[in-house]
Amino acid sequence: MSTVTQDVRPETPPASPMDRPARSREIKNVIATVVMWLAFLIAVIPLIWILGTVLAKGGNLLLDSHWWLNSQRGITNREVGGGAYHAIIGTLLQAVVCAVIAVPIAVFTAIYLVEYGRGRFARVVSFMVDILTGIPSIVAALFIFAVWVTTLKQDRIGFAVSLSLVLLMIPVVVRSTEEMLKLVPNELREASYALGVPKYKTISRIVLPTAFSGIITGILLGLARVMGETAPLLVLGPYSKSINTDLFSGFMAALPTMINQDRSEAVDPAVNRVWAAALTLIILVMLLNIAGRLIARLSKVSK
Amino acid sequence: MAQRIDVKDLNVFYGSFKAVEDVSMSVEPRTVTAFIGPSGCGKSTFLRTLNRMHEVIAGGRVEGSVALNGRDLYAKDVDPVAVRRTVGMVFQRPNPFPTMTIFDNVAAGMRLNGERNKKLLAERVEHSLRGANLWNEVKDRLNKPGAGLSGGQQQRLCIARAIAVQPQVLLMDEPCSALDPISTMAIEDLINDLKSEFTIVIVTHNMQQAARVSDQTAFFNLAATGKPGRLIELNDTTKIFSNPSEKATEDYISGRFG
Repeated sequence: MSTVTQDVRPETPPASPMDRPARSREIKNVIATVVMWLAFLIAVIPLIWILGTVLAKGGNLLLDSHWWLNSQRGITNREVGGGAYHAIIGTLLQAVVCAVIAVPIAVFTAIYLVEYGRGRFARVVSFMVDILTGIPSIVAALFIFAVWVTTLKQDRIGFAVSLSLVLLMIPVVVRSTEEMLKLVPNELREASYALGVPKYKTISRIVLPTAFSGIITGILLGLARVMGETAPLLVLGPYSKSINTDLFSGFMAALPTMINQDRSEAVDPAVNRVWAAALTLIILVMLLNIAGRLIARLSKVSK
Repeated sequence: MAQRIDVKDLNVFYGSFKAVEDVSMSVEPRTVTAFIGPSGCGKSTFLRTLNRMHEVIAGGRVEGSVALNGRDLYAKDVDPVAVRRTVGMVFQRPNPFPTMTIFDNVAAGMRLNGERNKKLLAERVEHSLRGANLWNEVKDRLNKPGAGLSGGQQQRLCIARAIAVQPQVLLMDEPCSALDPISTMAIEDLINDLKSEFTIVIVTHNMQQAARVSDQTAFFNLAATGKPGRLIELNDTTKIFSNPSEKATEDYISGRFG
Protein backbone atom coordinates (compact mmCIF):
# COMPACT_ATOMS: atom_id res chain seq x y z
CA MET A 1 0.00 0.00 0.00
CA SER A 2 2.56 2.56 1.14
CA THR A 3 4.86 2.10 -1.85
CA VAL A 4 2.50 3.87 -4.26
CA THR A 5 2.36 7.44 -3.02
CA GLN A 6 2.98 11.03 -4.09
CA ASP A 7 5.26 10.52 -7.09
CA VAL A 8 2.55 8.78 -9.12
CA ARG A 9 0.11 11.64 -8.69
CA PRO A 10 0.02 13.88 -11.83
CA GLU A 11 0.49 17.64 -11.69
CA THR A 12 -3.04 18.47 -12.78
CA PRO A 13 -5.66 16.13 -11.40
CA PRO A 14 -7.87 14.44 -14.01
CA ALA A 15 -11.31 15.88 -14.61
CA SER A 16 -13.31 14.94 -11.55
CA PRO A 17 -16.98 13.99 -11.86
CA MET A 18 -17.71 17.27 -10.11
CA ASP A 19 -16.58 19.28 -13.14
CA ARG A 20 -18.79 17.46 -15.61
CA PRO A 21 -21.90 19.43 -16.52
CA ALA A 22 -25.01 17.76 -15.10
CA ARG A 23 -27.27 18.97 -17.91
CA SER A 24 -28.88 15.69 -18.84
CA ARG A 25 -29.59 14.85 -15.23
CA GLU A 26 -31.15 18.26 -14.68
CA ILE A 27 -33.40 17.83 -17.70
CA LYS A 28 -34.49 14.40 -16.53
CA ASN A 29 -35.18 15.84 -13.14
CA VAL A 30 -37.39 18.58 -14.58
CA ILE A 31 -39.30 16.09 -16.76
CA ALA A 32 -39.87 13.71 -13.88
CA THR A 33 -41.01 16.54 -11.63
CA VAL A 34 -43.50 17.80 -14.21
CA VAL A 35 -44.86 14.30 -14.87
CA MET A 36 -45.35 13.64 -11.16
CA TRP A 37 -47.13 16.93 -10.58
CA LEU A 38 -49.37 16.28 -13.57
CA ALA A 39 -50.25 12.81 -12.32
CA PHE A 40 -51.01 14.26 -8.90
CA LEU A 41 -53.25 16.97 -10.37
CA ILE A 42 -55.11 14.50 -12.57
CA ALA A 43 -55.72 12.30 -9.55
CA VAL A 44 -56.91 15.21 -7.44
CA ILE A 45 -59.25 16.81 -10.00
CA PRO A 46 -62.04 14.19 -9.79
CA LEU A 47 -61.73 14.14 -6.03
CA ILE A 48 -62.19 17.88 -5.70
CA TRP A 49 -64.90 17.81 -8.36
CA ILE A 50 -66.89 15.18 -6.46
CA LEU A 51 -66.47 16.88 -3.11
CA GLY A 52 -67.36 20.25 -4.62
CA THR A 53 -70.48 19.00 -6.39
CA VAL A 54 -71.73 17.03 -3.41
CA LEU A 55 -71.09 19.95 -1.08
CA ALA A 56 -72.78 22.44 -3.40
CA LYS A 57 -75.84 20.32 -4.05
CA GLY A 58 -76.30 18.56 -0.73
CA GLY A 59 -74.60 20.84 1.75
CA ASN A 60 -77.53 23.06 2.62
CA LEU A 61 -79.74 20.13 3.70
CA LEU A 62 -77.10 19.01 6.19
CA LEU A 63 -77.16 22.39 7.90
CA ASP A 64 -80.72 21.71 9.02
CA SER A 65 -81.01 19.78 12.29
CA HIS A 66 -84.01 17.92 10.82
CA TRP A 67 -81.60 16.10 8.56
CA TRP A 68 -79.79 14.53 11.49
CA LEU A 69 -82.81 13.89 13.72
CA ASN A 70 -85.72 12.82 11.48
CA SER A 71 -86.55 10.01 9.12
CA GLN A 72 -88.32 10.11 5.76
CA ARG A 73 -91.45 8.56 7.19
CA GLY A 74 -94.58 9.92 5.54
CA ILE A 75 -92.70 12.21 3.23
CA THR A 76 -93.29 11.71 -0.48
CA ASN A 77 -90.73 12.23 -3.20
CA ARG A 78 -92.27 15.55 -4.13
CA GLU A 79 -92.15 16.88 -0.61
CA VAL A 80 -89.28 18.75 0.93
CA GLY A 81 -88.37 17.78 4.47
CA GLY A 82 -87.48 14.89 6.68
CA GLY A 83 -83.99 13.68 7.35
CA ALA A 84 -81.57 10.82 7.06
CA TYR A 85 -81.53 9.69 10.67
CA HIS A 86 -83.10 6.33 9.75
CA ALA A 87 -80.40 5.70 7.15
CA ILE A 88 -77.50 6.92 9.31
CA ILE A 89 -78.54 4.74 12.24
CA GLY A 90 -79.02 1.78 9.91
CA THR A 91 -75.59 2.16 8.34
CA LEU A 92 -73.90 2.59 11.72
CA LEU A 93 -75.71 -0.34 13.33
CA GLN A 94 -74.93 -2.69 10.47
CA ALA A 95 -71.31 -1.57 10.42
CA VAL A 96 -70.86 -1.95 14.19
CA VAL A 97 -72.38 -5.43 14.25
CA CYS A 98 -70.23 -6.35 11.26
CA ALA A 99 -67.12 -5.12 13.11
CA VAL A 100 -68.05 -7.00 16.30
CA ILE A 101 -68.17 -10.24 14.32
CA ALA A 102 -65.35 -9.59 11.85
CA VAL A 103 -62.66 -8.04 14.06
CA PRO A 104 -62.04 -10.98 16.43
CA ILE A 105 -62.00 -13.46 13.56
CA ALA A 106 -59.68 -11.27 11.49
CA VAL A 107 -57.30 -10.35 14.31
CA PHE A 108 -56.96 -13.94 15.48
CA THR A 109 -56.40 -15.09 11.92
CA ALA A 110 -53.65 -12.50 11.54
CA ILE A 111 -52.07 -13.56 14.83
CA TYR A 112 -52.14 -17.16 13.65
CA LEU A 113 -50.56 -16.27 10.32
CA VAL A 114 -47.79 -14.11 11.77
CA GLU A 115 -46.98 -15.79 15.06
CA TYR A 116 -47.88 -19.44 14.65
CA GLY A 117 -48.59 -20.28 11.04
CA ARG A 118 -45.97 -22.43 9.41
CA GLY A 119 -46.13 -24.89 6.59
CA ARG A 120 -48.98 -25.98 4.43
CA PHE A 121 -52.01 -25.00 6.48
CA ALA A 122 -50.78 -21.44 6.99
CA ARG A 123 -50.17 -21.07 3.26
CA VAL A 124 -53.68 -22.32 2.54
CA VAL A 125 -55.17 -19.85 5.04
CA SER A 126 -53.15 -17.00 3.59
CA PHE A 127 -54.24 -17.95 0.08
CA MET A 128 -57.89 -18.10 1.20
CA VAL A 129 -57.58 -14.58 2.61
CA ASP A 130 -56.22 -13.47 -0.76
CA ILE A 131 -59.21 -15.02 -2.50
CA LEU A 132 -61.60 -13.41 -0.04
CA THR A 133 -59.97 -10.05 -0.76
CA GLY A 134 -60.84 -10.43 -4.41
CA ILE A 135 -64.48 -11.42 -3.94
CA PRO A 136 -66.81 -8.79 -5.39
CA SER A 137 -69.29 -7.49 -2.84
CA ILE A 138 -72.25 -8.69 -4.90
CA VAL A 139 -70.92 -12.25 -4.71
CA ALA A 140 -70.53 -12.01 -0.95
CA ALA A 141 -74.08 -10.68 -0.78
CA LEU A 142 -75.48 -13.47 -2.96
CA PHE A 143 -73.63 -16.07 -0.90
CA ILE A 144 -75.27 -14.80 2.29
CA PHE A 145 -78.59 -14.65 0.43
CA ALA A 146 -78.17 -18.29 -0.56
CA VAL A 147 -77.35 -19.32 3.00
CA TRP A 148 -79.64 -17.01 4.94
CA VAL A 149 -82.70 -16.68 2.78
CA THR A 150 -82.73 -19.67 0.47
CA THR A 151 -81.33 -22.31 2.80
CA LEU A 152 -82.24 -21.11 6.28
CA LYS A 153 -85.53 -19.57 5.13
CA GLN A 154 -84.91 -16.34 7.02
CA ASP A 155 -86.04 -12.83 6.13
CA ARG A 156 -83.93 -10.20 4.48
CA ILE A 157 -82.91 -8.19 7.53
CA GLY A 158 -80.16 -5.90 8.71
CA PHE A 159 -78.26 -8.72 10.36
CA ALA A 160 -77.92 -10.52 7.04
CA VAL A 161 -76.41 -7.35 5.58
CA SER A 162 -73.92 -7.30 8.46
CA LEU A 163 -73.01 -10.92 7.74
CA SER A 164 -72.15 -10.19 4.14
CA LEU A 165 -70.18 -7.12 5.22
CA VAL A 166 -68.25 -9.43 7.56
CA LEU A 167 -67.05 -11.39 4.53
CA LEU A 168 -65.80 -8.17 2.97
CA MET A 169 -64.22 -6.77 6.12
CA ILE A 170 -62.33 -9.86 7.32
CA PRO A 171 -59.67 -9.94 4.57
CA VAL A 172 -59.02 -6.19 4.85
CA VAL A 173 -58.48 -6.40 8.59
CA VAL A 174 -56.47 -9.64 8.39
CA ARG A 175 -54.04 -8.06 5.95
CA SER A 176 -53.65 -4.77 7.81
CA THR A 177 -53.26 -6.52 11.17
CA GLU A 178 -50.73 -8.90 9.65
CA GLU A 179 -48.68 -5.95 8.40
CA MET A 180 -48.79 -4.31 11.82
CA LEU A 181 -47.74 -7.50 13.62
CA LYS A 182 -44.88 -7.97 11.18
CA LEU A 183 -43.69 -4.46 12.00
CA VAL A 184 -43.15 -5.45 15.63
CA PRO A 185 -39.41 -6.16 15.79
CA ASN A 186 -38.54 -9.78 16.44
CA GLU A 187 -36.09 -8.55 19.05
CA LEU A 188 -39.00 -7.66 21.32
CA ARG A 189 -40.37 -11.19 21.11
CA GLU A 190 -36.93 -12.60 21.83
CA ALA A 191 -36.44 -10.21 24.74
CA SER A 192 -39.70 -11.45 26.18
CA TYR A 193 -38.90 -15.14 25.64
CA ALA A 194 -35.52 -14.59 27.26
CA LEU A 195 -37.31 -13.40 30.41
CA GLY A 196 -39.04 -16.75 30.61
CA VAL A 197 -42.35 -15.42 29.33
CA PRO A 198 -44.48 -17.99 27.48
CA LYS A 199 -45.36 -17.37 23.86
CA TYR A 200 -49.06 -16.60 24.34
CA LYS A 201 -48.22 -13.98 26.96
CA THR A 202 -45.51 -12.54 24.75
CA ILE A 203 -48.11 -12.09 22.04
CA SER A 204 -50.88 -10.76 24.25
CA ARG A 205 -48.79 -8.49 26.46
CA ILE A 206 -45.86 -7.41 24.28
CA VAL A 207 -46.66 -7.85 20.59
CA LEU A 208 -50.32 -6.78 20.54
CA PRO A 209 -49.83 -3.63 22.69
CA THR A 210 -46.91 -2.61 20.48
CA ALA A 211 -49.00 -3.02 17.34
CA PHE A 212 -52.23 -1.80 18.96
CA SER A 213 -52.64 1.60 17.35
CA GLY A 214 -51.83 0.22 13.91
CA ILE A 215 -54.36 -2.57 14.34
CA ILE A 216 -57.08 -0.11 15.40
CA THR A 217 -56.27 2.12 12.45
CA GLY A 218 -56.61 -0.86 10.12
CA ILE A 219 -59.95 -1.80 11.68
CA LEU A 220 -61.33 1.72 11.27
CA LEU A 221 -60.18 1.91 7.67
CA GLY A 222 -61.75 -1.48 6.99
CA LEU A 223 -64.95 -0.30 8.60
CA ALA A 224 -64.94 2.85 6.52
CA ARG A 225 -64.63 0.69 3.43
CA VAL A 226 -67.56 -1.61 4.17
CA MET A 227 -69.83 1.26 5.21
CA GLY A 228 -70.10 2.40 1.62
CA GLU A 229 -70.79 -1.08 0.23
CA THR A 230 -74.07 -1.10 -1.67
CA ALA A 231 -74.49 -4.54 -3.19
CA PRO A 232 -75.19 -6.34 0.11
CA LEU A 233 -77.85 -3.75 0.86
CA LEU A 234 -79.52 -4.14 -2.52
CA VAL A 235 -79.61 -7.91 -2.12
CA LEU A 236 -80.31 -8.26 1.58
CA GLY A 237 -81.46 -4.96 3.01
CA PRO A 238 -84.67 -3.56 1.55
CA TYR A 239 -85.05 0.16 2.10
CA SER A 240 -87.51 1.63 4.53
CA LYS A 241 -88.39 5.25 5.10
CA SER A 242 -88.94 4.66 8.80
CA ILE A 243 -86.51 4.32 11.66
CA ASN A 244 -85.76 0.69 12.45
CA THR A 245 -83.09 -0.12 15.00
CA ASP A 246 -83.88 -3.83 15.11
CA LEU A 247 -81.33 -5.73 13.05
CA PHE A 248 -83.39 -8.89 13.31
CA SER A 249 -86.70 -7.84 11.92
CA GLY A 250 -88.20 -5.49 9.43
CA PHE A 251 -86.82 -3.41 6.61
CA MET A 252 -83.91 -1.24 7.54
CA ALA A 253 -82.61 1.85 5.79
CA ALA A 254 -78.96 2.57 5.09
CA LEU A 255 -77.34 5.55 3.40
CA PRO A 256 -76.42 3.74 0.16
CA THR A 257 -79.97 2.41 -0.26
CA MET A 258 -81.41 5.81 0.56
CA ILE A 259 -79.29 7.28 -2.21
CA ASN A 260 -80.36 4.51 -4.55
CA GLN A 261 -84.04 4.90 -3.68
CA ASP A 262 -84.24 8.65 -4.16
CA ARG A 263 -82.04 8.56 -7.24
CA SER A 264 -84.80 6.83 -9.22
CA GLU A 265 -87.18 9.77 -8.64
CA ALA A 266 -86.66 12.64 -11.04
CA VAL A 267 -88.12 15.25 -8.75
CA ASP A 268 -86.16 17.98 -7.07
CA PRO A 269 -86.79 17.26 -3.37
CA ALA A 270 -85.74 13.63 -3.81
CA VAL A 271 -82.71 14.51 -5.93
CA ASN A 272 -81.55 17.03 -3.35
CA ARG A 273 -81.78 14.34 -0.72
CA VAL A 274 -79.61 12.06 -2.88
CA TRP A 275 -76.81 14.61 -2.79
CA ALA A 276 -77.25 15.23 0.91
CA ALA A 277 -77.23 11.52 1.72
CA ALA A 278 -74.10 11.08 -0.39
CA LEU A 279 -72.41 13.89 1.48
CA THR A 280 -73.47 12.37 4.79
CA LEU A 281 -71.92 9.04 3.82
CA ILE A 282 -68.72 10.74 2.73
CA ILE A 283 -68.54 12.59 6.03
CA LEU A 284 -69.10 9.41 8.06
CA VAL A 285 -66.38 7.57 6.16
CA MET A 286 -64.07 10.56 6.42
CA LEU A 287 -64.62 10.79 10.17
CA LEU A 288 -63.63 7.13 10.53
CA ASN A 289 -60.54 7.73 8.44
CA ILE A 290 -59.56 10.75 10.48
CA ALA A 291 -60.17 8.84 13.71
CA GLY A 292 -57.96 6.06 12.39
CA ARG A 293 -55.14 8.45 11.57
CA LEU A 294 -55.50 10.27 14.89
CA ILE A 295 -55.25 7.04 16.85
CA ALA A 296 -52.21 6.07 14.80
CA ARG A 297 -50.59 9.38 15.62
CA LEU A 298 -51.63 9.81 19.25
CA SER A 299 -50.66 6.42 20.54
CA LYS A 300 -47.59 6.04 18.37
CA VAL A 301 -44.94 4.47 20.53
CA SER A 302 -43.66 7.48 22.38
CA LYS A 303 -40.03 8.42 22.16
CA MET B 1 -27.27 -18.56 43.15
CA ALA B 2 -24.88 -18.76 40.22
CA GLN B 3 -24.58 -22.15 38.65
CA ARG B 4 -22.06 -24.04 36.59
CA ILE B 5 -22.65 -25.00 32.99
CA ASP B 6 -21.39 -28.20 31.40
CA VAL B 7 -21.77 -28.67 27.68
CA LYS B 8 -21.08 -32.07 26.21
CA ASP B 9 -20.76 -33.02 22.53
CA LEU B 10 -23.17 -30.37 21.37
CA ASN B 11 -24.16 -30.10 17.72
CA VAL B 12 -26.43 -27.26 16.69
CA PHE B 13 -28.59 -27.32 13.57
CA TYR B 14 -30.71 -24.96 11.52
CA GLY B 15 -32.94 -27.47 9.75
CA SER B 16 -30.49 -29.78 8.06
CA PHE B 17 -27.60 -27.30 8.21
CA LYS B 18 -25.13 -28.02 10.97
CA ALA B 19 -24.05 -24.64 12.32
CA VAL B 20 -21.93 -25.70 15.27
CA GLU B 21 -20.18 -29.02 15.69
CA ASP B 22 -19.06 -31.01 18.65
CA VAL B 23 -18.64 -28.43 21.39
CA SER B 24 -17.77 -29.47 24.92
CA MET B 25 -16.93 -26.99 27.64
CA SER B 26 -17.44 -26.17 31.27
CA VAL B 27 -18.16 -22.80 32.80
CA GLU B 28 -17.56 -22.30 36.51
CA PRO B 29 -20.05 -20.37 38.62
CA ARG B 30 -19.31 -16.68 39.22
CA THR B 31 -16.93 -16.39 36.31
CA VAL B 32 -17.05 -14.53 33.02
CA THR B 33 -16.49 -16.57 29.90
CA ALA B 34 -15.97 -14.75 26.61
CA PHE B 35 -16.62 -16.24 23.17
CA ILE B 36 -14.51 -14.79 20.36
CA GLY B 37 -14.17 -15.73 16.73
CA PRO B 38 -14.90 -14.51 13.21
CA SER B 39 -18.46 -13.73 12.07
CA GLY B 40 -20.50 -16.78 11.19
CA CYS B 41 -18.41 -19.12 13.36
CA GLY B 42 -21.44 -20.04 15.44
CA LYS B 43 -20.58 -18.37 18.73
CA SER B 44 -23.92 -16.53 18.96
CA THR B 45 -25.77 -19.64 17.81
CA PHE B 46 -24.01 -21.66 20.48
CA LEU B 47 -24.75 -19.00 23.11
CA ARG B 48 -28.44 -19.22 22.28
CA THR B 49 -28.45 -22.96 22.91
CA LEU B 50 -27.50 -22.27 26.55
CA ASN B 51 -31.01 -20.97 27.30
CA ARG B 52 -32.88 -22.79 24.55
CA MET B 53 -33.47 -19.58 22.61
CA HIS B 54 -32.11 -21.37 19.57
CA GLU B 55 -35.37 -23.33 19.25
CA VAL B 56 -37.35 -20.12 18.80
CA ILE B 57 -36.04 -20.00 15.23
CA ALA B 58 -37.84 -22.27 12.79
CA GLY B 59 -35.88 -25.47 12.27
CA GLY B 60 -33.53 -24.83 15.19
CA ARG B 61 -32.53 -27.98 17.09
CA VAL B 62 -29.58 -29.43 18.97
CA GLU B 63 -27.94 -32.78 19.70
CA GLY B 64 -25.91 -33.39 22.82
CA SER B 65 -26.39 -32.02 26.29
CA VAL B 66 -26.18 -28.75 28.17
CA ALA B 67 -26.29 -29.19 31.92
CA LEU B 68 -26.91 -26.51 34.50
CA ASN B 69 -25.60 -27.71 37.86
CA GLY B 70 -25.87 -31.24 36.52
CA ARG B 71 -29.46 -30.91 35.21
CA ASP B 72 -29.78 -31.40 31.46
CA LEU B 73 -31.62 -28.42 29.94
CA TYR B 74 -32.67 -30.52 26.96
CA ALA B 75 -34.14 -33.40 28.98
CA LYS B 76 -37.67 -34.32 27.91
CA ASP B 77 -39.34 -33.12 31.10
CA VAL B 78 -37.68 -29.69 31.06
CA ASP B 79 -39.82 -26.72 30.04
CA PRO B 80 -37.91 -24.32 27.78
CA VAL B 81 -39.80 -21.40 29.33
CA ALA B 82 -38.48 -22.39 32.77
CA VAL B 83 -34.97 -22.67 31.34
CA ARG B 84 -35.14 -19.09 30.10
CA ARG B 85 -36.27 -17.93 33.50
CA THR B 86 -33.09 -19.46 34.92
CA VAL B 87 -30.73 -18.38 32.16
CA GLY B 88 -31.26 -14.74 31.24
CA MET B 89 -30.10 -13.05 28.09
CA VAL B 90 -29.03 -9.60 26.91
CA PHE B 91 -29.02 -8.92 23.19
CA GLN B 92 -26.82 -7.16 20.72
CA ARG B 93 -29.05 -4.17 20.25
CA PRO B 94 -30.82 -2.62 23.23
CA ASN B 95 -34.45 -3.72 22.96
CA PRO B 96 -36.56 -2.18 25.72
CA PHE B 97 -40.29 -2.73 25.30
CA PRO B 98 -41.42 0.44 23.50
CA THR B 99 -44.89 0.59 25.03
CA MET B 100 -43.58 0.45 28.57
CA THR B 101 -42.08 2.88 31.05
CA ILE B 102 -38.66 2.37 32.59
CA PHE B 103 -40.26 0.83 35.67
CA ASP B 104 -42.54 -1.42 33.65
CA ASN B 105 -39.66 -2.59 31.49
CA VAL B 106 -37.73 -3.81 34.49
CA ALA B 107 -40.85 -5.25 36.11
CA ALA B 108 -42.02 -6.88 32.85
CA GLY B 109 -40.41 -10.27 33.44
CA MET B 110 -41.85 -10.57 36.94
CA ARG B 111 -45.28 -9.24 36.02
CA LEU B 112 -45.64 -11.46 32.98
CA ASN B 113 -44.70 -14.38 35.17
CA GLY B 114 -47.57 -13.55 37.49
CA GLU B 115 -46.01 -11.40 40.23
CA ARG B 116 -48.65 -8.95 41.53
CA ASN B 117 -47.18 -7.76 44.84
CA LYS B 118 -46.55 -4.04 44.26
CA LYS B 119 -44.11 -3.64 47.13
CA LEU B 120 -42.03 -6.59 46.01
CA LEU B 121 -42.05 -5.33 42.42
CA ALA B 122 -40.89 -1.87 43.47
CA GLU B 123 -38.12 -3.32 45.62
CA ARG B 124 -36.94 -5.65 42.94
CA VAL B 125 -37.01 -2.93 40.26
CA GLU B 126 -34.89 -0.65 42.41
CA HIS B 127 -32.50 -3.46 43.28
CA SER B 128 -32.15 -4.45 39.62
CA LEU B 129 -31.65 -0.89 38.43
CA ARG B 130 -29.02 -0.37 41.11
CA GLY B 131 -27.45 -3.64 40.06
CA ALA B 132 -27.33 -2.36 36.49
CA ASN B 133 -25.78 0.96 37.59
CA LEU B 134 -28.75 2.82 36.22
CA TRP B 135 -30.73 3.73 39.34
CA ASN B 136 -29.20 7.16 39.93
CA GLU B 137 -29.78 8.19 36.33
CA VAL B 138 -33.43 7.14 36.13
CA LYS B 139 -34.84 7.18 39.65
CA ASP B 140 -36.66 10.46 39.02
CA ARG B 141 -38.24 9.35 35.75
CA LEU B 142 -39.25 5.76 36.31
CA ASN B 143 -42.60 6.41 34.64
CA LYS B 144 -41.06 7.80 31.46
CA PRO B 145 -40.81 5.56 28.37
CA GLY B 146 -37.79 3.27 28.34
CA ALA B 147 -37.19 4.09 24.70
CA GLY B 148 -36.35 7.69 25.66
CA LEU B 149 -33.04 6.70 27.24
CA SER B 150 -29.70 6.83 25.43
CA GLY B 151 -28.41 3.67 23.76
CA GLY B 152 -26.05 2.86 26.63
CA GLN B 153 -28.74 3.49 29.22
CA GLN B 154 -31.17 1.35 27.24
CA GLN B 155 -28.71 -1.52 27.24
CA ARG B 156 -28.27 -1.20 31.01
CA LEU B 157 -32.06 -1.10 31.28
CA CYS B 158 -32.16 -4.38 29.38
CA ILE B 159 -29.57 -5.82 31.75
CA ALA B 160 -31.69 -4.65 34.70
CA ARG B 161 -34.72 -6.26 33.07
CA ALA B 162 -32.80 -9.51 32.63
CA ILE B 163 -31.50 -9.67 36.22
CA ALA B 164 -34.86 -8.68 37.69
CA VAL B 165 -36.21 -12.19 37.14
CA GLN B 166 -33.26 -13.42 39.23
CA PRO B 167 -31.63 -15.79 36.77
CA GLN B 168 -28.63 -17.93 37.69
CA VAL B 169 -26.76 -17.35 34.47
CA LEU B 170 -26.59 -14.28 32.27
CA LEU B 171 -25.86 -14.61 28.57
CA MET B 172 -24.76 -11.52 26.65
CA ASP B 173 -24.70 -11.49 22.87
CA GLU B 174 -22.32 -8.69 21.85
CA PRO B 175 -23.90 -6.34 24.39
CA CYS B 176 -21.64 -3.40 23.52
CA SER B 177 -21.46 -3.60 19.75
CA ALA B 178 -24.10 -0.87 19.31
CA LEU B 179 -22.64 1.40 21.99
CA ASP B 180 -20.04 4.15 22.17
CA PRO B 181 -16.80 3.64 24.17
CA ILE B 182 -18.07 5.39 27.30
CA SER B 183 -21.25 3.32 27.46
CA THR B 184 -19.15 0.26 26.68
CA MET B 185 -16.95 1.01 29.67
CA ALA B 186 -20.02 1.34 31.87
CA ILE B 187 -21.27 -2.06 30.74
CA GLU B 188 -17.86 -3.64 31.25
CA ASP B 189 -17.69 -2.29 34.80
CA LEU B 190 -21.16 -3.65 35.32
CA ILE B 191 -20.12 -7.11 34.10
CA ASN B 192 -17.35 -7.08 36.69
CA ASP B 193 -19.87 -6.25 39.42
CA LEU B 194 -22.41 -8.81 38.24
CA LYS B 195 -19.81 -11.55 38.33
CA SER B 196 -20.21 -11.85 42.08
CA GLU B 197 -23.81 -12.96 41.62
CA PHE B 198 -24.12 -14.56 38.22
CA THR B 199 -22.34 -16.88 35.89
CA ILE B 200 -21.78 -14.77 32.80
CA VAL B 201 -21.15 -15.80 29.23
CA ILE B 202 -20.46 -13.02 26.74
CA VAL B 203 -20.01 -13.06 22.97
CA THR B 204 -17.83 -10.25 21.72
CA HIS B 205 -16.07 -9.14 18.58
CA ASN B 206 -13.84 -6.87 20.58
CA MET B 207 -10.81 -8.82 21.72
CA GLN B 208 -9.68 -6.11 24.10
CA GLN B 209 -13.07 -6.39 25.70
CA ALA B 210 -12.71 -10.15 26.05
CA ALA B 211 -9.28 -9.60 27.62
CA ARG B 212 -10.65 -6.95 29.99
CA VAL B 213 -13.76 -8.64 31.30
CA SER B 214 -13.37 -12.40 31.10
CA ASP B 215 -11.76 -15.09 33.20
CA GLN B 216 -11.70 -17.66 30.46
CA THR B 217 -12.00 -17.24 26.71
CA ALA B 218 -13.30 -19.61 24.07
CA PHE B 219 -12.15 -19.21 20.50
CA PHE B 220 -14.53 -20.47 17.81
CA ASN B 221 -13.66 -20.83 14.16
CA LEU B 222 -14.97 -22.46 11.02
CA ALA B 223 -13.01 -24.25 8.37
CA ALA B 224 -14.84 -22.58 5.46
CA THR B 225 -18.19 -20.94 4.73
CA GLY B 226 -20.90 -23.56 4.79
CA LYS B 227 -18.92 -25.72 7.21
CA PRO B 228 -19.97 -25.91 10.85
CA GLY B 229 -18.24 -23.76 13.46
CA ARG B 230 -16.08 -25.46 16.07
CA LEU B 231 -14.62 -24.65 19.43
CA ILE B 232 -10.90 -24.36 18.75
CA GLU B 233 -9.58 -23.46 22.16
CA LEU B 234 -10.89 -22.77 25.63
CA ASN B 235 -8.39 -21.43 28.11
CA ASP B 236 -7.73 -18.86 30.78
CA THR B 237 -8.02 -15.44 29.23
CA THR B 238 -4.48 -14.48 30.18
CA LYS B 239 -3.18 -17.63 28.54
CA ILE B 240 -5.25 -17.16 25.37
CA PHE B 241 -3.98 -13.65 24.84
CA SER B 242 -0.35 -14.28 25.82
CA ASN B 243 0.44 -17.84 24.89
CA PRO B 244 -2.40 -19.70 23.18
CA SER B 245 -2.02 -23.44 22.65
CA GLU B 246 -3.45 -23.39 19.14
CA LYS B 247 -1.86 -21.78 16.11
CA ALA B 248 -5.29 -20.68 14.80
CA THR B 249 -6.03 -18.81 18.02
CA GLU B 250 -2.73 -17.00 17.86
CA ASP B 251 -3.32 -16.05 14.22
CA TYR B 252 -6.75 -14.70 15.03
CA ILE B 253 -5.88 -12.63 18.08
CA SER B 254 -2.76 -11.21 16.48
CA GLY B 255 -4.74 -10.14 13.43
CA ARG B 256 -2.99 -12.49 11.00
CA PHE B 257 -6.22 -14.27 10.40
CA GLY B 258 -7.64 -14.93 6.96
